[in-house]
Amino acid sequence: MEHSKCSLEMLQELGLKSVDELFADIPKSVRSGGLRLPEGMSEIDLKRSLETMLSSNRHAESMLNFLGAGIYHHYIPSAVKMITGRSEFITSYTPYQPEISQGMLQALFEYQSYIAELTGMDVVNSSMYDASTALGEAVLMSTRISGGDTFLLSRAISPERRRVAELYAKGADIRLVDVDFDRASGSVDLNDLTSKLKDGVSGFYFETPNFFGVIESQAREIRGLLDKRTMVVGVNPMSLAILRPPGDLGADIVIGDAQVFGAPMSFGGPTIGLFGCRPEHVRKMPGRIIGMTTDIEGRAAYCMTLQTREQHIRRSKATSNICTNEALLAVAAAAYLSVVGRTGLREIAATNVRNMQSLSSRIDSISGFGAPLFKGAHFNEFIVRSDRDPFQIHKTLLTQGIHGGLVLANMFPELGNSTLYATTEMHTKEDHDRLLGALEGIR
Amino acid sequence: MRYHQADYDVPLLFEACDEQKIDDRFDPTIGGAIPKGLLRSDLNIPDLPERDVVKHFINLSQMNFGVDNGLYPLGSCTMKYNPKICDEVVSWPSVASIHPHQDPSTVQGALRLMHELEGMLCEIGGVDAVTLQPAAGAQGEYTGIHIVRAYHEARGEKRNEVILPDTAHGTNPASAAMVGYDVLEIPSKNGCVDIEALKASISSDTAAFMLTNPNTLGIFEKDVKEIAGTLHDAGALLYYDGANLNAIMGKTSPGHMNFDIVHFNLHKTFATPHGGGGPGAGPVGVKRYLEEFLPVPRIIEKDGKYHLDYDQPKSIGKVKAYFGNFGVLVRAYAYMMMQGGPGLEAASENAVLNSNYLKDKLKDDFELPYGGLRKHEFVLSGKPLKSKGVRTLDFAKRLLDYGFHAPTIYFPIIVDEAIMIEPTETESKETLDRFVDVCKQILKEDPEILKTAPHNTSRRRMDEAKAARDMIFSWRGYKKKTENAK
Repeated sequence: MEHSKCSLEMLQELGLKSVDELFADIPKSVRSGGLRLPEGMSEIDLKRSLETMLSSNRHAESMLNFLGAGIYHHYIPSAVKMITGRSEFITSYTPYQPEISQGMLQALFEYQSYIAELTGMDVVNSSMYDASTALGEAVLMSTRISGGDTFLLSRAISPERRRVAELYAKGADIRLVDVDFDRASGSVDLNDLTSKLKDGVSGFYFETPNFFGVIESQAREIRGLLDKRTMVVGVNPMSLAILRPPGDLGADIVIGDAQVFGAPMSFGGPTIGLFGCRPEHVRKMPGRIIGMTTDIEGRAAYCMTLQTREQHIRRSKATSNICTNEALLAVAAAAYLSVVGRTGLREIAATNVRNMQSLSSRIDSISGFGAPLFKGAHFNEFIVRSDRDPFQIHKTLLTQGIHGGLVLANMFPELGNSTLYATTEMHTKEDHDRLLGALEGIR
Repeated sequence: MRYHQADYDVPLLFEACDEQKIDDRFDPTIGGAIPKGLLRSDLNIPDLPERDVVKHFINLSQMNFGVDNGLYPLGSCTMKYNPKICDEVVSWPSVASIHPHQDPSTVQGALRLMHELEGMLCEIGGVDAVTLQPAAGAQGEYTGIHIVRAYHEARGEKRNEVILPDTAHGTNPASAAMVGYDVLEIPSKNGCVDIEALKASISSDTAAFMLTNPNTLGIFEKDVKEIAGTLHDAGALLYYDGANLNAIMGKTSPGHMNFDIVHFNLHKTFATPHGGGGPGAGPVGVKRYLEEFLPVPRIIEKDGKYHLDYDQPKSIGKVKAYFGNFGVLVRAYAYMMMQGGPGLEAASENAVLNSNYLKDKLKDDFELPYGGLRKHEFVLSGKPLKSKGVRTLDFAKRLLDYGFHAPTIYFPIIVDEAIMIEPTETESKETLDRFVDVCKQILKEDPEILKTAPHNTSRRRMDEAKAARDMIFSWRGYKKKTENAK
């Protein structure tokens, strides 16, 4: 290995002859003898090689795409990209030294403020990894709040989130029990919920809009049925621009994914788990929280607070093991929400609903297709039922450069030939026309 | 050289809300698509011109300190320089605009990149199989300890205890507890694992021992093979916390040290930026006999085509939705390709050189518990500061005044007034020399200056007790509090 002049000087000052002497404390018996990896590349060669490798990816700008199911394609304003590209934000660590990290701390406080307003929860942490792990943590927190050994989950949630929740529940020896959905409306089956509210149940999780795109209309009834148990509500926070906040409906914990606010789909990660709760539960909450305070001169300032809940202080008794979170995506969400503002956000949400309505009714008018499968109000996705095999339809669409929705046949066999379609403000009327034309060709 | 951070009073964006009225031309029912009862009456977020928003966030960014601003010697955090090309490639649509539910035939490039990244991590970690799914180091630990549990359960054994040294990162005991284990911390001896204490605490109830090597004092645990043998003889597994991997690439590996499971912190060793707290990525590697327990899906290559394999009956399941923090994985892949094998080994060599150089220059001004070589980091004791009437905290705050981020302080707990320094390989000798000069200068300063530090940052010392007392976590919470006070 060649070393720079400076390195040699430093070695000399240490009284060492070679770099090897710095590793003299590693016994021969554990030596690996170098890495069997290729030589390094120049930046330009790397760029060429990555361009070639990734050119086989068909992305939303080269292929019309109707996937949602938890990850959504929304427009990201240039100002948001510029703000989140600031290297002072990107290259900083967790703000352990608040005096020199006020920028990140205030931005995170503003993120918490935006999410608090949207969800109607006074306490919001500064992020979890994604909605799936936020759900896992909510299951654990529900047990800390209400005791018990069982937690109820609506069936109308993403199978990805469900599987992650299973792992978190297993670690804590919590039993998960499904609550069915109403076959006509797509919302929670209240009779099934009632029958499962036995002793030992700490809480219940449902989503609005749920995995099928249906906005839950019975939140108040659910709150009543749960009595003192924990009500955990999963949201698409974009929909909260127009929908009633779960805080108003009696939620104890609200979770969701704030990827919709200024983060790209990025193959499903990184996204950002939002997590809010009622103030009385804050000491049972996982994750970092930024609080408002003053410095010794009395100037407004922000710092991490209630850290005695966290792993670096509390170790095995912490509320969670989370340390690294998704702070930069919280900055992106705060920047996104401030750039689009109240008026812009409500317009974007309304465009999503209009696009959903229009696409759904146009698909419904094609013979051999029906949409939406469920009668409830929807936000920006819905289930299309087809006479033909949905996997075949998917394949045919792909050959025409269109990625249809997510086929649910394997995940929800009881729904038959069902496919979950999402549409956002990214789709133009011409995009819908193209899909419609292709589907008409299939019938 | 003088330093002063930007210092603004930046009002919260929400302060603009008070004068703004809801625009009642907006029809929230969207032509009756949504029943009124499901709608909110109000949305109290501000409408602001883009110009004001940009000014707001640029001013905030100037009140934030990152690696690009200067030395960030935060021990155990490996704050190395992040090459800019790695940020650029993740903005390409072929990375940013692909959906995780896309047909695998339409994301072959992404799957290939991940598959190759797994292969490189296998080589660096000395393991046989890797999952990229965990979102961060702590989640890697969580995944790894679930694998421990699944392994013992598959053998029909119920073991209830995870052991770790008292120098372990706080995430270790927290992760083990979240998987349902009792945690036993054993005291260290001479800064290393006390093998006798370890042997005495191992029983048929021991599921695993968690260790980082080099440990959090920066000392290489020479007896690691004996430790591994002891654990394996008792039927337990050995877990490697990869937070300190930057010290050993190409020299040894967790696999060569007979660890069974390892996590990698891509946002440390592999130069992906830390983003003010995240995103990170915490892939987990295992030896062959644990591969069947890895999360699903596995990425399988067959005849040049990549597939997602969910058919793994012994898998622990899923630890996070989809495939991991792809944007972070791509950055790490790009970094590793540019470094290459020799470059990664050189990174470790220079990280260790920089660390020992700083240690030698500073050890006489402070105290260095336990002599000898260090790896990528070292821990000083700030005890001598007490004779000046100041503490490690004051010293750390004063460093900020010179444009250096502070080291990690008061960790590990076994060192009194700990100052944990990790310079990384990307800092020049000039920077290190200046840091040494500043440290020595601070020791000569009037104690009052230290106790009231920092002076040159955007804010002075925080009233952290007030934050915990007031519990204001949002603008909404602030408004309620001020209204109640009236």
